[in-house]
Amino acid sequence: MASTDTTPAQDAGSVEAGLDALETQATGRPTLRQTLVNKILPPVIALAVVLAVWALLYPVVDDPSKLPSPAAVGSTFKEAWLQGDLLGYIWTSVSRGLLGFFFALLIGTPLGLIVARVKFIRAAIGPILSGLQSLPSVAWVPPAVIWLGLNNSMMYAVILLGAVPSIANGLVSGVDQVPPLFLRAGRTMGATGIKGIWHITLPAALPGYVAGLKQGWAFSWRSLMAAEIIAQFPDLGVGLGQLLENGRTNSDMAMVFEAILLILFVGIAIDLLIFSPLERWVLRSRGLLVKS
Amino acid sequence: MATTTTLAKADETVEYAARLEHVSKSFAGPGGQQLVLDDISIDVAPGEFVTLLGASGCGKSTLLNLVAGLDQPSTGAITTDGRPALMFQEHALFPWLTAGKNIELALKLRGVPKPERRDKAEELLELVRLKGAYGKRVHELSGGMRQRVALARALGQESNLMLMDEPFAALDAITRDVLHDEITRIWTETGISVLFVTHNVREAVRLAQRVILLSSRPGRIAREWTVDIPQPRRIEDAPVAELAREITEELRGEIRRHGQH
Repeated sequence: MASTDTTPAQDAGSVEAGLDALETQATGRPTLRQTLVNKILPPVIALAVVLAVWALLYPVVDDPSKLPSPAAVGSTFKEAWLQGDLLGYIWTSVSRGLLGFFFALLIGTPLGLIVARVKFIRAAIGPILSGLQSLPSVAWVPPAVIWLGLNNSMMYAVILLGAVPSIANGLVSGVDQVPPLFLRAGRTMGATGIKGIWHITLPAALPGYVAGLKQGWAFSWRSLMAAEIIAQFPDLGVGLGQLLENGRTNSDMAMVFEAILLILFVGIAIDLLIFSPLERWVLRSRGLLVKS
Repeated sequence: MATTTTLAKADETVEYAARLEHVSKSFAGPGGQQLVLDDISIDVAPGEFVTLLGASGCGKSTLLNLVAGLDQPSTGAITTDGRPALMFQEHALFPWLTAGKNIELALKLRGVPKPERRDKAEELLELVRLKGAYGKRVHELSGGMRQRVALARALGQESNLMLMDEPFAALDAITRDVLHDEITRIWTETGISVLFVTHNVREAVRLAQRVILLSSRPGRIAREWTVDIPQPRRIEDAPVAELAREITEELRGEIRRHGQH
């Protein structure tokens, strides 16, 4: 009856190979064209619409001190660029923001780990840490100026107070969401104590941690801008916040718009260049990213 | 009675892979202490394949946790020959690692030096017929493939005793059949002892040399069968089905008792 002579083991093997092939789906990366149509085109259109509305609104408002024309803002950009100031403004703020964020990372990470793992510490400062997230960090600017004076360390203090709670909380929720099954599996393999934290808990908590970093950056940037707008001092140099405030005191609405656009642009750019790819990488490697 | 979970010393000759002596376990429940396991004594011989069979509430998983050392018995003693490996119903593979790295982590935690890990992991993947899956991410594998990687990872612990907690319960019937063949083959090839927990009577008969039926609430040993049908068996073979029918009757009787009061 049987047309082939196979041992049961060979038979099982070939059925298995068939099942594996049937149940494995080939996944490919999207083509350049798909990326263009799905990812790049929509925001470009949205931007064009905003510019069009702005251009239409300009003659209606008819008051350049309230609404400058797109062209006027454009020439402000051009002027700053030609004078070589534009990159200086950006660099002053970005270097402060990233350095402050880096410090926040160094403090927030061990803090989050301790809060997540030590019950007493968690009960003691857990609620304060999540409460701090809802406190607008601009509230820290006046006390920081009084304590530290008008200097860079005051800026960093404000960034830290804005970003550390986000980073720590992200790690805490990441650790909380580690499936108990992973911990059990780890323990049966001998991953207990420090080994368990290093090999199981931390990598398992990475998605929550990265989400915390992303939010931490947003808070860093916001806090820094608040600090730069409020704290004016010649020695501090001109960052984007000061640029905005300068525009306001000179009643130069084009400069105010320039500063707002730059602040927005930098915030988005850092997120797109650093945090979004990091988050996507973490999620994709775990199969947690749903294909859109 | 003394409560001990000990690993047998390396120098003494071990005539069992796991020995459970009068093991009981109770948990604090709403109505005081709740007895989950009552006076369980089982010896698993080296190289033996034993299935524990029972309906819900028989404490099968609790028992495996005790043998795995994840929990302590309330009374009685459990001795195992080294730290047992454990396979779960869910694959429990770590999604941040590739299939191969999952296995290598088990090797690393066992103390295998780095240069040997890669080859050893490839070898284990080949044993479960997943050659070429080394770099695959967990989500890229099918359910059956994931369980096979989990099996390879558990085998990587080089334990003399493999504990399996309904590892195929979540798989479709065809995949499960194939994995039954695989587990029989690997058990024959490696000579490890297996303590396999399931609520599937046919699966128990298909795989085991010995089937132990547990009653429910509390879990007690109700009856025991020796299965002397030669391997390789098929789940639909007449002798398998026949014994399964007999055991099912017994199991139903056990379950029925709970509806009577």
